[in-house]
Order: sequence, then structure tokens, then C-alpha cells
Amino acid sequence: MSESTPMAPGTSDTLLNPAPPLPPSPGSRPGKAEKPASLWSDAWHDLRRRPLFIGSSIMIVILVVMAIFPSLFSSVDPTQATTCQLATARQPPSAMHWFGKDNLGCDTFARTIYGARVSIVVGITATIVTALVGGLLGLIAGFAGGGTDTLLSRVTEIFFAIPAILGALLILSVFDTGNMWTVTLALSVLAWPMIFRIMRAAVITTKSQDYVVAARALGAGKSRIMFRHILPNAVTPVIVISMINLGMFISAEAALSFLGVGIRSPEISWGVMIADARPRFLEAPSPLLFPAAFLSITVLAFIMLGDAVRDALDPKLR
Amino acid sequence: MAATDNPPVLEVRDLVKHFPLTQGLLVKRQIGSIKAVDGVSFDLRRGETLGIVGESGCGKSTLAKLLMALERPTSGSVKINGRDMAAAKGRELKAMRRNVQMVMQDPYTSLNPRMTVGDIIGEPFEIHSDVAPKGMRRRKVKDLLEVVGLNPDHINRYPHQFSGGQRQRIGIARGLALNPEIIICDEPVSALDVSIQAQVINLLERLQNEFNLAYIFIAHDLSVVRHISDRVAVMYLGKIVELGGDVEIYDRPAHPYTQALLSAVPVPNPDGREGRERIILQGDPPSPANPPSGCRFRTRCWKATPVCTDREPLLEIRSKTDHLSACHHAESHDVVHAQ
Repeated sequence: MSESTPMAPGTSDTLLNPAPPLPPSPGSRPGKAEKPASLWSDAWHDLRRRPLFIGSSIMIVILVVMAIFPSLFSSVDPTQATTCQLATARQPPSAMHWFGKDNLGCDTFARTIYGARVSIVVGITATIVTALVGGLLGLIAGFAGGGTDTLLSRVTEIFFAIPAILGALLILSVFDTGNMWTVTLALSVLAWPMIFRIMRAAVITTKSQDYVVAARALGAGKSRIMFRHILPNAVTPVIVISMINLGMFISAEAALSFLGVGIRSPEISWGVMIADARPRFLEAPSPLLFPAAFLSITVLAFIMLGDAVRDALDPKLR
Repeated sequence: MAATDNPPVLEVRDLVKHFPLTQGLLVKRQIGSIKAVDGVSFDLRRGETLGIVGESGCGKSTLAKLLMALERPTSGSVKINGRDMAAAKGRELKAMRRNVQMVMQDPYTSLNPRMTVGDIIGEPFEIHSDVAPKGMRRRKVKDLLEVVGLNPDHINRYPHQFSGGQRQRIGIARGLALNPEIIICDEPVSALDVSIQAQVINLLERLQNEFNLAYIFIAHDLSVVRHISDRVAVMYLGKIVELGGDVEIYDRPAHPYTQALLSAVPVPNPDGREGRERIILQGDPPSPANPPSGCRFRTRCWKATPVCTDREPLLEIRSKTDHLSACHHAESHDVVHAQ
């Protein structure tokens, strides 16, 4: 591992540190100018040079902006019924309507842009919920061991035994609202055991490390050992898997919406659009192909991001 | 030997640690136990170094963990300044930990990679918040870095930015932070290069003189132990087989096991090296789950007689020696200088 050296002004480093370092005067101490090189700053250093990371982050930033401010990308608001004209249904792509029009004469481009919000919100919310629930329970099970661990592990195995698509169908038919929050709930309920297992395994490995023993020898309490020593060293795989899961959640949301149990019209989501366009696909392929392409690119971007972060954080791959 | 008139800071009496061996999937049945440490007693005085040697699996590291109260002993006591640490709990135990600290074997795993050096050395002050007021802590950490020979300006660096020897110095600084009377060094130099070993050993010796520390120095390198120790204890299968001053152990070893160990030490001087006596033991040490009856060394000992099977030899001063040994046939015999 190289020691961090002060960078010359004008390199990309100054973009991250808004206050440019003063030129070293003869009397200045070299220790002051050093910036600490933690694992995260090393990883960041490494990530900035990876085309995979740069490409996927640019796509994700665009998608997130699209989700928050869809009106920046489209002058047509597809949530207003007046923008749809049945007479122009299934119009092929044109200069006015880039992605053509769907079965109800609505602009496919506008609907695709507005559909990003549901995917992003469901993906991010489900990721946060699973990471928090699975991570916290995994930390407790791995740290406490014994009976607590056995109990929690058996509970997660019950969840593992439920086939994912069947479980989601069941939950969504019980809570039959057709909005994105129930979809998020169903995905979270089914996905947290995966994070639990990863966290538990990482905690068990970290627990027996010498620095944890050293902290115990100093008389450190349970919470200090858990949150200062074990968690920071065990959280990396959870972060990586969560990023990859985010893409999975987005495709699962689309799949459930396509099956008609997830999000339903009039809400706009890529899954709903694909389902709506399916019956007339051969006549008018564009209302199906464009949301499907956006979906694939989004899922791919999150999986690539997770891969890049994993490579940067795993010291063994360097 | 260090001054014998000062009272011992550490008194270990009949310390026993058996790890249960269990069998069964649902109902765990105990089918036996690993006798890792089986009746160990010794004293340690202020400013003294007790070296503990023995081969892998003889219970050295378990003994260190018992002394640090990281494991609860099956029986026996560990008294620090007269108070039993093995029986202490909660707040009392936490307060007692201030007196006993540890330097670990592997400097690459004993420091949290996500914490800066300042946080690592400052952690003892956060845990025992009454030792140093908040505003003083950073100053104290810098002082400690200086004491162990590191640049105090490197306080914000992370462990991976240091070499193995420097990391071991960080570990020593962490051990010193609470001003303990006893430091337990569990193979503190075996993971380091030979040239760095000497630096760390010299640092430990300097700190001992400066702060009047008592060391338990666990190692398997006999020359390193001789260099730093005032007294040496030799362990075999969970028991101390011989205990005495460093000259007594190295020049007049009484127990056959000690003699065998010493005959394996490399001798730097080529003169007379060929003529040196070499004792090669047969077989492996027996399993600590099922140690031999009587003397535990009898299965590999060339002096063994029926009495060794029947009676367990106690650790005592015997007629033909001048220090404690646990052998019915103990007899001083200089292995290192033998012709």
C-alpha cells in the first residue's frame, strides 16, 4: 500500500477537496498536510479510475435525476389524461414522439421517463429496509451466538424456504393496493434473510480477530466492540450485495407489475407499460421495447456498480 | 533474579482450564475435555520478566488468555496485588484490567484496520474515561507514540501504512496507555524479521526499566527468552515441568524435556558444535484430551521407569538440582556446553 502523497494542485484531487492545500512553506510540518488513507478513501481512489464505475454511476445519476424531476426530460406530463389521444394510438416513433405512442395514444417517451420514479423508489427503499433489518439481525445473531443465533437462523431458514415469486404473489394478493409501497414490503420481506446470512457470516469471522480480542482485553463493552470494531469491518459484503440487490429489486418490481399483482394502472411503471403493450406487440413494438430497454440498462447499471465497488473494497483482488 | 524482597504483583495458583469436548447434534453430551492448562502456579514480581517456553499446543497461549481474564479458568486463581481476577466480574474486572495489558503476536491482525493510530492508542482512555480528561488524551497518545519510538505526527495514519515492527510498537503503545504493572507478551516478536525482533526486544527492555513493568514473556524461541527473562518456566502438556532463574534453566537444566529443548537450540559458534550433545525425542506430544498417567513426559522420556507411570512428579526442588523441577529423575546436566 503506497502512502498518500500530497498531490500537485490542478489534479483531480482538488475537485474533491474544495479548499486547495497551501503550497508547503519551509516551516510547515509534513505531518499536517497528510490526509488519512482509510480503506474507504483507498477504495474511492481506486474507483475513480475504473471505467465500469464511472459509466454505471453516470447512468445511475441520470436515472435518479429522472426519477426526481421527470419534467426536466419531458415536456409532456403523462399523468394528465388529456395528453393521451386515442385517435393516435400505436403511432410509430416520430420526431414529435420519439418512442411512438402506446395503445391508449399516450406518449411512450414521457411515460418511460415518468416510470423511472417507481423503479428507483422501490429499489432504493427495499435495499435500505433489507440492509437495515438483515444487517442488524445478522449483527446480533453473529455477535451473540448460542441460542439467539440458533433462533434467528431458524427463522431466516423459514423465509428461505418460501419460493420468492410465490411469496410475493401471496403477500401482494393479501395487501391488494396496487401501489409501490406494498411491492416494496413484499420484496423486503423476502430478501432480508440473504443480507442476514451475509452479515452473520462476516460478523462471526470478524469476532475472532485479534483486534477484537485486544479490545476485550482493554475492557471494552459489548456495544463498543459491536459498533466500533466488528461492524465497520464486517459491513463491506453487505454494501456490495445490497447494491447488486438494488438492480434485482427493480427487475422484480417490473416482473410483479407485469404479472398484474404489483403496481397497476393508472400508476406508471416500466412493468405496467410492458404488460400493457404486450397484447399488440407485433403491431406496435416500441411501447414495449423502450421501457424494457430502460429496465435492462438500470438493472445492469446497479449490478455493475456493485461489482466495481466489490472489486475496490476487496483487498484480495487488488 | 529481580529483587525478591518486593511482594509479587501476580500470584497464579493451581490454574486449570479444561475445554469440554462435546458430541451430539441436538443434545450435546460431554465426552471428555482438553486439558489445556492443568495446574499451573507461579509468582511474578514488579519489574521482573518471567519467560514461558514450550512447544506448540502446550497451553502457553491459553495461559495468557487466562491471565488476561479473556477465558474463565475451570479452577484456580489469578491474584493481582492480592485480588483474584479470575473471580472478578463487571466493573471490578474492568478496573482490574487496567493493571494487566497484552502485546499480541501478529501485528497485522491485532490493530483494527478501520481505525487511525490515534484512535487505536486512544481507545484505552475512552474505555477507562477516568484515566485522562478528554482534552489531555490526544497529547497523551502523542507522548505514547514518542515513548515507543514512532513519529507523533503520524497519529492520523492507518495501520496499513506502517511496517510490521512499527505496528508492533503501536500495539505496545496501546498496552502501555493505561499504565499497567503487568504486560503479557504472547509471542510478541515471532511474526517479525530477526533484525526487527531485536529492536522490539530492546524497546520492551527499555520500557521495563522506565516504568518498572513486570512481563510474562511467552515464546518458543529459547534464545529470545533467555535474553529478556529473569526467570523461565518450561511448559509441557499444560503443566510447568521446570521453573528457575535463566542461568539455572539454561546452564543446569534438570528436567529431561528442558534438556531436549535446549539441545535443539542453534549454536552460533561453530567451534565444538559437532561435538555437542543432541537429544532427539521420539514421537509427538500425547493428546491433551487424554494425557498419560503419572508423568506426562514419560512416553517420550529416555529416563522413564515404572515410578513415572504410577506417581505424578510434583514441581519441587529435588536433591540433585537447585531449582524447581517436576521429574522423579531430575538431575542437572549442562546440554548447551556439553562436549
